[in-house]
Amino acid sequence: MRDVAIIGIGCTNFGELWDRSFRDLFVEAGVIAIEDAGIQGEEIDSMYVGNMSGGRFVEQEHIGSLIADYAGLASNLHVPATRVEAACASGGLALRQAILSVASGHDNIVVAAGAEKMTDVGMDTATDALAAAADREWEGIMGATFPGLYAMIAKLHMHTYGTTSEQLAAASVKNHHNGTMNPIAQFKNEISIDTVLNSNMVADPLHMFDCSPISDGASAVVVAAADIAKKYTDTPVYVKATTQASGTISLHDRADITTLDATVAAGQRAYKMARMTPDDIDMVEVHDCFSIAEICAIEDLGFFRKGDGGRATEAGDTAIGGRIPVNTSGGLKACGHPVGATGIKQAVEITQQLRGTAGKRQVDGAEVGMTHNVGGSGGTAVVHILSRNR
Amino acid sequence: MTVARFWRKIPNRYNLIGTHCTTCGEHYFPPRQMCPTCRRDGKMEDHKFEGKGKVVTYTVIHTAAKGYEMQTPYNLAIIKLDEGPSLTGQVVCDQNEMEIGMRVRSVFRKLGEESEKGMIYYGTKFIPE
Repeated sequence: MRDVAIIGIGCTNFGELWDRSFRDLFVEAGVIAIEDAGIQGEEIDSMYVGNMSGGRFVEQEHIGSLIADYAGLASNLHVPATRVEAACASGGLALRQAILSVASGHDNIVVAAGAEKMTDVGMDTATDALAAAADREWEGIMGATFPGLYAMIAKLHMHTYGTTSEQLAAASVKNHHNGTMNPIAQFKNEISIDTVLNSNMVADPLHMFDCSPISDGASAVVVAAADIAKKYTDTPVYVKATTQASGTISLHDRADITTLDATVAAGQRAYKMARMTPDDIDMVEVHDCFSIAEICAIEDLGFFRKGDGGRATEAGDTAIGGRIPVNTSGGLKACGHPVGATGIKQAVEITQQLRGTAGKRQVDGAEVGMTHNVGGSGGTAVVHILSRNR
Repeated sequence: MTVARFWRKIPNRYNLIGTHCTTCGEHYFPPRQMCPTCRRDGKMEDHKFEGKGKVVTYTVIHTAAKGYEMQTPYNLAIIKLDEGPSLTGQVVCDQNEMEIGMRVRSVFRKLGEESEKGMIYYGTKFIPE
């Protein structure tokens, strides 16, 4: 397998973008990434597009073709474009497919993109579309919602480890703080622990500010064979590991409800592939669709002992400047969570950190970063380790 | 959920019928055609569960799923049946009564409906034992 590098990144603003269409968004992100890489359309061998639910959110399927067409790559160049779906891990999985196609030697330059337009439908339809990432026949039919599933994880985590609502809230407070420094973030305002605890209860014990928002947005990266990467950029970011793992789609079938087995498996495989340990990681973008999801992720990825995630977050260990900065972008909570785009946005953030261009959110001496993207309540997990050094 | 998809599972939903692997002895609910432990070596048969178990974890849903708006707040739990498997279901009781570890038993209840003229879904809910 060949080494692979990220040579270009692009991201739209994330938010409620009612004046922009689905196709506007992915074209914008794609063009930024392609210009950043300094490549021409003729050089793109293929594209992979992460999108969870175009059919539900914008009543559009056949997303691969749509993107190739509106990116100007279909009518003359006929660049192959493949849609990849793994619920909220669709973006991370699209990136993984792009990396694999270059690593295999089949392609030299591939664009991985992610896009979702979620605000064209009402809140109940959006919630229902997202619930399709769980087991519709045995969870959804019982009245389960996504916040409800993560609330059950939170309830047991609190019961088992003494995690508090304040500790959960600390994850959201930290991510909002990071979001204030990210130009593309949906929310750029500070919040307090009280803001979280006084917000509406969505599913006990999760308040509204424990939950990531409904968002529009798109993101894209250009990956290339490492041997040619220096032709395009002075600061290629090398892929040290790309891993994926499946877990039970239903939360009730999980051996330990507070552990996302797929995250544990994908994380362990990634450390092995990169020949690294959690101590080698300088910062990580984890899948914080809910505050409890961030707590579980930093435990399941080995940064903290099981049960210590809440206390560590409250103590500031995951802040920029802390032991392991988590979600410097603002995470899904503050940066926004256009589901198909999230996994790619994580790679965009880590690439900026490794290039040293993350501005006020820059982590000092960033050499190695990790992304962690989850589909559903843990049915899929995708992990990448990226490095400044080959 | 489409009518066809719902009807296919009616005996299982109404009677808590899952499966039992005669090779390794594991019980499964919802039913599985293939045993995750034995895979193709497993021999599966139907198994009707007693319907008794305990709450592993729970939540009180305030923002409902589509079609469940009229029921809020409602208690949703993961229940570990005495025979082994866990399932997701609503527990019908005061939200203050809910606690991890509480014993519950299954009851036959209306789950929801598609619309005023649409199909009514029935299935299993739980009450404190």
